[in-house]
Amino acid sequence: MSAGRSLVSGKNRLPINRRPDTDFMKTESIVIKPVRGRQLVDWRELRDYRDLFYFLIARDIKVLYKQTVLGFGWAIIRPVFSMVIFTIIFGDLAQVSSDGVPYAIFNYVALVPWLYFSAALTAAALSLVNNTEMLTKVYVPRLAFPLTPIFAKLVDFFISFAIVFVLMAWFRILPTANALFLPLLIVLMMLTATGMGLWFAAMSVQYRDVKHAMPFLTQVLMYAAPVVWSGSLIGERFGEIGRLLFALYPMVGVIEGFRSALLGTVPMPWDMILVGFISAMVMTISGLNYFRRMEFHFADVA
Amino acid sequence: MLPDRSEIVTMTLRSNGQHPPQAAIVVEKLGKMYHIGMREKKADTLLQSAAGWITAPLQNFRKVRRLSQVANDDAADIIWALRDVTFSIDHGDVVGIVGRNGAGKSTLLKILSRITPPSTGQVILNGRVSSLLEVGTGFHPELSGRENVYLNGTILGMTRSEVDRKFEEIVAFAEVEKFIDTPVKRYSSGMRVRLAFAVSAHLESEILLVDEVLAVGDAAFQEKCLNKMDGVAKVGRTVLLVSHNMQVIQRLCSRALLLQGGQLVAVGSPGQIVNRYLSDSLSGSMLDPVEVGEELRINRLGIVQNGTPAGEFLDGSLPFEIHVNYDVLRPVRNLLFGFNVVAGDGTNLFRTYDLLDFGMGERQPGPYDSIFHLPGGVLPAGYYFFEILVGIHRLRWLSKGEIRLRLNLGGVRESDVDYPGVVAPIGRWTVLQTDHV
Repeated sequence: MSAGRSLVSGKNRLPINRRPDTDFMKTESIVIKPVRGRQLVDWRELRDYRDLFYFLIARDIKVLYKQTVLGFGWAIIRPVFSMVIFTIIFGDLAQVSSDGVPYAIFNYVALVPWLYFSAALTAAALSLVNNTEMLTKVYVPRLAFPLTPIFAKLVDFFISFAIVFVLMAWFRILPTANALFLPLLIVLMMLTATGMGLWFAAMSVQYRDVKHAMPFLTQVLMYAAPVVWSGSLIGERFGEIGRLLFALYPMVGVIEGFRSALLGTVPMPWDMILVGFISAMVMTISGLNYFRRMEFHFADVA
Repeated sequence: MLPDRSEIVTMTLRSNGQHPPQAAIVVEKLGKMYHIGMREKKADTLLQSAAGWITAPLQNFRKVRRLSQVANDDAADIIWALRDVTFSIDHGDVVGIVGRNGAGKSTLLKILSRITPPSTGQVILNGRVSSLLEVGTGFHPELSGRENVYLNGTILGMTRSEVDRKFEEIVAFAEVEKFIDTPVKRYSSGMRVRLAFAVSAHLESEILLVDEVLAVGDAAFQEKCLNKMDGVAKVGRTVLLVSHNMQVIQRLCSRALLLQGGQLVAVGSPGQIVNRYLSDSLSGSMLDPVEVGEELRINRLGIVQNGTPAGEFLDGSLPFEIHVNYDVLRPVRNLLFGFNVVAGDGTNLFRTYDLLDFGMGERQPGPYDSIFHLPGGVLPAGYYFFEILVGIHRLRWLSKGEIRLRLNLGGVRESDVDYPGVVAPIGRWTVLQTDHV
């Protein structure tokens, strides 16, 4: 008798003594109150929303080159054209030292991680501002937004990276055994973009100056990193201490590491990479802390 | 004592089913305050304004920083959007939240859905929560319908496998099967809205927060949405619903809350609350001049019966006029100016515009009187609301129901037995005694 009565007859029977939609109810409570949070990252929540994270990354990748003629060709055109211009200006006209390898490949090997970094940093910094509509309408873990470009921009990175091998074949350069450490350098590159991206994203919640500062800032950061010039100049000019201080900007270690691993121009700068890694960790942890403090105000301030 | 910073903490109470939570939503002394920017000082002299230019960044910095700071709660630039709101909602209740614009309805839903943190008090939500504050959040025009269903579904808190399971149902509900792999930018606005609502309507959370989203699509689709919401309520889910549509509140809800100026003023059956809400709104013929958009200022409302100004109480069997005096502030074309006539229980009776007389031409700046004449005996005895509608044809609404006039129609048949119905034209009878042939 218990299952005999139903609300609907026919195929879609809903037995009246069961509440189908409450069967999966978890004994979970959410408490909302105005107190300080202690936890830097709510891992459990990020796990619950991992599918969202996946679809956000997929969206960024799919949408990027929609309705363009060249599509992912842009991932090659941008670094190659930058390389051509820098080679003419700095390699040819200004005769900047390129550690004994052709300037073109010396520059391109640096441009690949650099362009990833500047794209990921800019996108992460503006991620909250650009998703205002979503942030003020539904609750999702805000951390997903700055983290999305860190992963989505890797697609461009790997496409442009493939050209490195074409250039190496052209200039007949063999990679060194240190190329095995490239994944480590890529992680450091992503961590740096994350740390700085979190800081700027959190800042942009309140200060829209970030939006205007980013294009200028990435330019400053590019010339601060050894993209068009050789990292060995730092040691020559500022000595060992100056070299390590410079390495606090982690992209210095990343770019010099890429050159060492692929071109073998300099020995692997492990000291700079280590300093850069510590610095990137500090930026990321403090960035998470700042982000966590700011994210809840977003809906009020946006 | 206020904390210097507001944040949200998510806790998991492991009750292991031994102490099943009694209420779905418990709201205790909830408050939310906002800083509204202080009025900017005006420079009097050239020197001052030059100094202003130089110190502007510093002042901007202070102003922007203050947006997120919690200062003394009696500071001049603070408003409380919600104050000391306490209530609880049982599992399976469908509760309507009623209140005028600015009463704190949306703020309440935003706190419950964790978009914004409260300034005081706390909320306990027992069960998974999803909120429908706006349909189609995160829809990307370049992505296909299919991709957007997955993106939007996960934004609303579903997992990919949940969307997988519901996908066919969502697409069928939205009636976009043929176009599901077409980019959403090629959809008609109706299709987009239907798809967005369909995703939201298939959320499987125990607690659903809904804000005015039922007003999407055409009439047929709205009916479908209402039926869907009816269904949601019947399977025992808890729904909190904000709507300006009193019919929707009465149809769907089992209880209702009335908010006024950020405070909870009444809890009760939807019928009681709707009545209270409607009769609290502006009554009689008094009104402070109120600007409606940049185009219009309404100065006075007046009711005239038998050639004399009347108050709220009228004889429904006789004709009466409603006079609206307003200034047109800038030339405006295609002005829609009229009333929604709403019965005391929230039933929308009819709508009428003064373009019946004026047409769609341009109104030059200056004072106007628009007078609506209603014959006697059209409406039965009872309360009515004449909601002022001001809009620009096919462009936008300047005011849609924010200003309303309450009328109380008595009538010749007041003491009569019972004449049910929403209209009461007396009509004319002829009774003839006919001979059997």
